Amino acid sequence: MGSEEHWEPKILAFLCNWCSYAGADLAGTSRVQYSPNIRVIRVPCSGRINPLFILKALQGGVDGVLVSGCHPGDCHYLSGNYAGRRKSATLKRFLEFLGIEQGRIQFSWVSAAEGVKFSQVVDEVTKDIRRLGPLKKFKKSSAFGVQSSES
Amino acid sequence: MVQQQLREKAKELLSNKTVDLIIGFGEWTLPLRTTPVFIRTPEGAKSLVWNSFCENNLTAYLHKFSRLKVGLVVKGCDARSVTALSLEKRFPNHPPLLIGIPCQRLVDRKKVKKAVKGEILQAVEQGDLLLVKGENFEVSLKREDFLYASCRSCAHRTPHQAHILIGDPVEEVSLVDAHPEVSKLEGMSPEERWSFFEKETSRCIRCYACREACPMCYCAECFVDSSRPRWIEKSLSPSDLAFYHIVRAFHQTGRCSGCGACERACPMDIRLTFLTQKLNQEVKDLYGFETGIQPEAAPPLSTFDPEDEQEFIK
Repeated sequence: MGSEEHWEPKILAFLCNWCSYAGADLAGTSRVQYSPNIRVIRVPCSGRINPLFILKALQGGVDGVLVSGCHPGDCHYLSGNYAGRRKSATLKRFLEFLGIEQGRIQFSWVSAAEGVKFSQVVDEVTKDIRRLGPLKKFKKSSAFGVQSSES
Repeated sequence: MVQQQLREKAKELLSNKTVDLIIGFGEWTLPLRTTPVFIRTPEGAKSLVWNSFCENNLTAYLHKFSRLKVGLVVKGCDARSVTALSLEKRFPNHPPLLIGIPCQRLVDRKKVKKAVKGEILQAVEQGDLLLVKGENFEVSLKREDFLYASCRSCAHRTPHQAHILIGDPVEEVSLVDAHPEVSKLEGMSPEERWSFFEKETSRCIRCYACREACPMCYCAECFVDSSRPRWIEKSLSPSDLAFYHIVRAFHQTGRCSGCGACERACPMDIRLTFLTQKLNQEVKDLYGFETGIQPEAAPPLSTFDPEDEQEFIK
């Protein structure tokens, strides 16, 4: 990651295959510019997100996590995003209660037609996390051994 | 007297074969403690006791006796755990027969031990007083001052779901500040909260006693034991300890009855109940759900409402 001065936020984005991932694709094919700080993981649905994914990512060294899925009513599996919304709401509140800063974990609804919205969301999230600085609280320090490469 | 009635009822249930087994509390050799007892014969019923030290949540044993008709001695919190478990369809064959006792709230043995000097050899309850005897001391303590924090914050002490209720129901109380510890933490800055959390969890030795004591932790393979995927390393690094405690608590979202078994089981005296209390508050606040109160309401994280709160989503 280099020294503190040259620090760039590292953000993990979980994108729903049916909407946000296609939205990101649209942003790309439309040549819309956005911050290059996100690493994308494609998931079948925002309801697929296990809170363990988010925690594991934060522990493993990302500075922020974005979860993006379909708008309410648009879920490919009818109700996955609704179920995901409840998990997200409780997890976000709980982690903030424990002291993880507000803004480290963010959520958005981005449809396959919203390439521009996708770029705006990524820019906003990157700006928020840049303001918060590198995550120090939960990150596993190398003194305790590196993460296993096997999953 | 509650204890006498309990023994008679247990004897009757075992004699007429309503149940195969009664799980309750029995005398233990150490003062301020009781032990779970498993009674299969009517004669055995006389070993049941009821006092302020019946602290275990016996619901945790139900998973081991799924083939038997079990009679279970429950307090308010234990009964709520049973309700939460039946919502998760844990008792397809024989739902347990609940022998409920309105809870007088339990005495925290660790607090009593701190209050006296020397080893406690005997402890007897007399009304509102607790007579504690040691080798060269004898004191009477006010029971009220030595209650568990989880019992203080308990609003539903009568097990209304019980099939048989022994003793008179206690009044439902509405607490002004049910979880003072949560409120205190909420007043702090995120940095202070994290350092409190990390300081507490840094003592953890990963014995998983909190998990074993909890009736809601019944997964055949816990996420900490899973090796594929390996969610969490088997280390004592502060990050892994925090990880374990965050996820253990989060898996209780909308399922915890607040019995405090996790905290009582902890050999390192880690504060644990504030985590689940906070989550309970959240689901109550967001989805109006309280564990074990409405026997038909689906657990909050396995259902949804299209109108759920979504202010936080961009």
